[in-house]
Amino acid sequence: MNKRFFLGVAISLVFYGVIQALITGEVLNDSYVDTLVIMGVNIILAVSLNLINGFTGQFSIGHAGFMSIGAYVSAILTTNEGYSFPLALLCGCLAAAVAGLIIGLPTLRLKGDYLAIATLGFGEIIRIVWLNNDYVGGASGLNGIERVTDWTWTFFLVLITVVVIQNIVKSSHGRALIAIRENEIAAESMGVNVTRYKVIAFVVGAFFAGMAGAISAHYFYGIAPNSFNFMKSFEILVFVVLGGLGSTTGVIVGTILLTLLFTYLQDFPEVRMIIYSLILILTMIFRPKGLLGSVDVSKFFTKKGGASKDGGTTTTP
Amino acid sequence: MMMGKKFIAVTAALTLTTVGLAGCSKSTSSEGGSGDTIKVGTNLELTGAVAAFGQSQLNGINLAVEEINKAGGINGKKLEVISADNASKKEESTRTATKLITQDKVDVLLGAAISGDTFAAVEVANNKKVPMLTPSATNDSITFDAKKSKLNEYVFRACFIDSFQGKVMADFSAKNLKAKNAVVYIDNSSDYSKGLAKSFTSTFTAGGGKVVAEESYQTKDTDFKAVLTRIKTLNPEVIFVPGYYEEVGKIIKQAREMGIKVPMMGGDGWDAPELAQIAGAENLNNTFISNHYSSEDKDPKVVKFIDNFKSKYNSVPDAMAVLGYDGMYMMADAIKRAGSTDKEKIKDALANTKDFEGVTGKIALDKNHDPVKAAVVLEYKDGKQTFNTKVQP
Repeated sequence: MNKRFFLGVAISLVFYGVIQALITGEVLNDSYVDTLVIMGVNIILAVSLNLINGFTGQFSIGHAGFMSIGAYVSAILTTNEGYSFPLALLCGCLAAAVAGLIIGLPTLRLKGDYLAIATLGFGEIIRIVWLNNDYVGGASGLNGIERVTDWTWTFFLVLITVVVIQNIVKSSHGRALIAIRENEIAAESMGVNVTRYKVIAFVVGAFFAGMAGAISAHYFYGIAPNSFNFMKSFEILVFVVLGGLGSTTGVIVGTILLTLLFTYLQDFPEVRMIIYSLILILTMIFRPKGLLGSVDVSKFFTKKGGASKDGGTTTTP
Repeated sequence: MMMGKKFIAVTAALTLTTVGLAGCSKSTSSEGGSGDTIKVGTNLELTGAVAAFGQSQLNGINLAVEEINKAGGINGKKLEVISADNASKKEESTRTATKLITQDKVDVLLGAAISGDTFAAVEVANNKKVPMLTPSATNDSITFDAKKSKLNEYVFRACFIDSFQGKVMADFSAKNLKAKNAVVYIDNSSDYSKGLAKSFTSTFTAGGGKVVAEESYQTKDTDFKAVLTRIKTLNPEVIFVPGYYEEVGKIIKQAREMGIKVPMMGGDGWDAPELAQIAGAENLNNTFISNHYSSEDKDPKVVKFIDNFKSKYNSVPDAMAVLGYDGMYMMADAIKRAGSTDKEKIKDALANTKDFEGVTGKIALDKNHDPVKAAVVLEYKDGKQTFNTKVQP
């Protein structure tokens, strides 16, 4: 476990080094860096949502709401209050986590469809709060945010997210989460505090969604409420479902593929959404459990099943 | 074994995508500005929420480019349009602008069509020092950031700003319609709508009028009857609805059905052929909008433009198309005066735009890079826009 963990980190660092060298050597120009940053933000969002939807089996579709909290709080702190970015980033993440706690406590007693609707409603409420608040710029949002984040920031924050979430999943807490997904009643009768674990998953997921929001706000010069509508939440959900609920590797691969695809199709605006949707439909027909199902790449080496292979989805579709 | 196969398949797919991406970039990035064409990058909303605006604007730009190239180009060089789609999204707009500059090596940028997407590209143009002209983004602080009181050196526009439109309609209702009290009905989720309403209210009250109520709706609302009932009991002389055609069309239809007969007014957001279809032609009678130009104008420049546009696209150009056309000509005029494709010189030439004869009137840029030009007030008669009056700044 330990050896593999460090091997994974080492490989990632080499990958980072290569890309950084290519950027410094101007082989990759700024538009590639833009794509890499978007990819990183999407990975953080998808991996953190996967903790809630994939591993714990709770159907949440309010992720864009948490993202917007991270984005707005960090942007207000750096732009209006003059905080340094790392501190603002942390505050943004914590604010999103607190929101996750406040929302999670009452709603996580709900199941399936009901939880989905509650989280959807929450996401919209947050968006409308920003929309009607003149201090944060109303409909046009906050503009003129200094660009602070870059490829390096994004990469290391993605790395932290993946490492933290993978460690949670592999720990006894993670097994409790998976137990809840597989059968809530059985888990409860075995002494797992179901609500507590659900809330933990929700808060951690929200924390990282806030982080993604902060990175994005400090890269794209501005934020507006409409960037965080429920379509954004669905987009994140699509990454997770396409990659494979309950598989971190799958979600990362799925997110990278979809982000690349979307960037690519930019030159063909007429067919962009058609092709994008078609690929989603085809994937769902031929790979109904996502690209990698609930498989984790690390299992290639061990051949010992942790999460059951067919336990991808127990939530209602 | 199965898993091994899957893994290989995924890796193969990834590799293919990467190779494809590299191939794609190679085909689009050629030698850059030093070649024999002048590259114009357009960062427009070709898909997404306001796709109608972006597409119409691109038509206008393409027509202008075709005419300029037919006349021999600028300084012996032909213009080449490289169009990119920002999907009506802010993040996409930033990336699109970056891609056009770094990958396609465009000499100048045009776009975006709406203010939100333009904001997202402003810093890119400033940082990369590429002149950018938005044909139709009307938000006041795009060219001049009032909060930091900083001029965005490389950013220009071809249209008048929000506060001017609100002022025009307030003056019009006080002087031409002789109205003493008005109701303002705004789209609460749109900054454009709020901006117009604000300057309308301040001008109207300063002129002795009274805004008896300010009501609001949200983009995508469909039922406005509750608010309209309230407005009806207030008995205003005019109703100012500075929104976009989608909702405005429904508001007008429902208001007229409820027997609200007073004049209704708005801004250039109404200007789309869809408005008459949504509202119904006779319901549109007795409504007025401020706009960038009138298709009925008998000015030879306007007539020629409309004829050319009709023969190319088989439709009457809306304001977005005209602004795209004028924006392209303004840019071409600046490049000609700069005498080269040096971005610094083009920027200075743009800032010195004076007495530029466009279809939307004579344009001069003020020190904030905002055009000083006339607006027209149009009246709808049987679903058609008719020229009512012209208001000088």
